[in-house]
Amino acid sequence: MPDVDIRLTVNGQLRDATVEPRLTLADFLRERCQLTGTHLGCEHGVCGACTVLLDGAAVRSCLVFAVQADGAEVTTVEGLGSEGGGLSVVQQAFRDCHGLQCGFCTPGFVVSVTALLRDNPDPTDEQIRHGLAGNLCRCTGYQGILAAARQAAAAPR
Amino acid sequence: MKPAPFDYHRPETAAEAVGLLADLGDEAKILAGGQSLIPMLALRLTAFGDLVDVGRVEGLRGVEPRADEVWIGAGTTAAAIENSATVAAGVPLLARATPFVGHFQIRNRGTIGGSLAHADPAAEYPAVAVALDAELEALSPRGTRRIPAGAFFMGLWDTALEPDELLTGVRFPVWSGRRGFAVEELARRHGDFAIAGAAVAIELDADDRVRRCGIGLMGLGPTPVRAAKAEAAAVGAAVGDLGPEDVGRLAVADLDAVPSDLHGSSAYRTRIGAVVAARAWSAAGTEALDA
Repeated sequence: MPDVDIRLTVNGQLRDATVEPRLTLADFLRERCQLTGTHLGCEHGVCGACTVLLDGAAVRSCLVFAVQADGAEVTTVEGLGSEGGGLSVVQQAFRDCHGLQCGFCTPGFVVSVTALLRDNPDPTDEQIRHGLAGNLCRCTGYQGILAAARQAAAAPR
Repeated sequence: MKPAPFDYHRPETAAEAVGLLADLGDEAKILAGGQSLIPMLALRLTAFGDLVDVGRVEGLRGVEPRADEVWIGAGTTAAAIENSATVAAGVPLLARATPFVGHFQIRNRGTIGGSLAHADPAAEYPAVAVALDAELEALSPRGTRRIPAGAFFMGLWDTALEPDELLTGVRFPVWSGRRGFAVEELARRHGDFAIAGAAVAIELDADDRVRRCGIGLMGLGPTPVRAAKAEAAAVGAAVGDLGPEDVGRLAVADLDAVPSDLHGSSAYRTRIGAVVAARAWSAAGTEALDA
């Protein structure tokens, strides 16, 4: 089972690595890049906590092998804020609207909402709900998250 | 790392991919978008010695309008299908089924060929392929062959593909004239596999009679099911004379292997199947009458 050399860009930084083919992108980000903002909940594609942007598209990083991301650009939740550590519009909205309690699911929601609003800057409430459907939260009851998505959509960008 | 170890292969051409499949034998499995395979590997429901990643194989992606059909590359993602004006115009049933496929994050990776080859009987694309009489193109070292969707699904997660065959594309016939299409399903949460679902296509003649129709059922057997008895009863009849509930009842009349699990008994699924088939028939019929 030979290891595979890969090269990808994570949050703007080039990363070279030699990985086992069965290493998921999520584990690569957390264990090899020490980017532990990407959370792992179910590890089989249900919960959405591990959502990242892969060449701009929101994907579940537990359902992508790191070898498949060879040559790609990955953005994790750590790459969404500004250089100085400031929050992105979406992150600020989650903070303002109490869109999190324990915070475990939050990175996945923030990445999903970021992609959703990029592709559809003026979503209807129904579109927001569909956009959030791929992420699970066991604390908030979702109302704060919905409010955060609405605030972020309304914010000047 | 949860999956069992495997060797990774990333061919650049379809010929190279099927050559690898032929050489590697039973231990090899194609990795397309991975949205069904990787969970199964993670849960160790399955394991393979070799994965052949076709994600970068040339010529497997795209949507092409052709004379009386639309060709869709097997490696085309559900997201690309969702955003394709060609699909929306030529194969509306496929376009309407797509938002039911997982969530948008899944649709960004998952491919139509992967869904068809995975052959989950509750999935949307297999039912649409069956309802529309799509043709599947399979490449092997022996060449290309076309497989009608009706002869492709053999059983749960089992297809007519040989171990060294790769799905390269799907041909969907374009229905013309006065047509209507609808997909209805019941799932516990949006994005889950349906407890039962129906994909319906109807074409009417100038006198509002059903010229042809296709009813594909999801989640009601080990494969996607074509509701042949209901279709036979409908063809030639005036669409206004057909009660949707009657069509729904006929659609489930001959089912004999409806699954039963904690989400619903066979009897419950069969009832839901009749309801969703009736709703889809009604919606498609209304659209065709207005067309």
